[in-house]
Amino acid sequence: MLEPELLKVGIVVNTWQEAIQQGGELLVKSGMVEQRYVEAMIDNVIKLGPYMVIAPKVAMPHARPQDGVLKTGISLLLLKEPVVFGERGEQLAQLVICLAALDNSSHLDLLKQIAEVIRDEASLALMLQATTTEELLNYFSK
Amino acid sequence: MKIITVCGMGLGTSLMLKMTVERVLQAKGIKGEVEAIDIGSAASANADLIVTNHEFVKELQGTKAKVVAIKNIASEKEVAEALAEVLGE
Repeated sequence: MLEPELLKVGIVVNTWQEAIQQGGELLVKSGMVEQRYVEAMIDNVIKLGPYMVIAPKVAMPHARPQDGVLKTGISLLLLKEPVVFGERGEQLAQLVICLAALDNSSHLDLLKQIAEVIRDEASLALMLQATTTEELLNYFSK
Repeated sequence: MKIITVCGMGLGTSLMLKMTVERVLQAKGIKGEVEAIDIGSAASANADLIVTNHEFVKELQGTKAKVVAIKNIASEKEVAEALAEVLGE
């Protein structure tokens, strides 16, 4: 389900918005979401706060199915350096997982897969040091 | 015991948190119903315990439910410790 073209590593961004734009672009290119979904993800972080930082240095921005989701899926953006995520400046994100969910359940397996990778602090820290897409992909295909 | 996991939209963070809470309950042999819910519907859910992230704690206080906040929503260890504290183990 996770194609190599949905992953990018070593990305340099200046703001969390840029990170979502780049991650969102991967979803747009692969036909999973409409362009407006990318804006919706950014709006949601502004409106609802940076709660989408789901583990230390891991953010999972997303919006609602009706915001332009065409297919369920994720893209992974591993940043070279963590970026401040959200407006209040308290949370950091280095792995940005843009999630597109078509409904309330089709992405459950993806969520399980993500949980497997981030639940353990040691393996999470290693994963954040990945330097190639192959390396990063390995963590998500175990 | 009714537990709700709460996030902004009820379909990402709260669902992952629900999976983690269910795993912890199962491991401990505690019976409980877990539902993932969005922040707007949380108040009317009539839960005994609310598991959420730090962002929403303040907003969710003030009902009979105890509220706990989790930093790593996939960490069974962190969720287990938080639950043990409120369940008085």
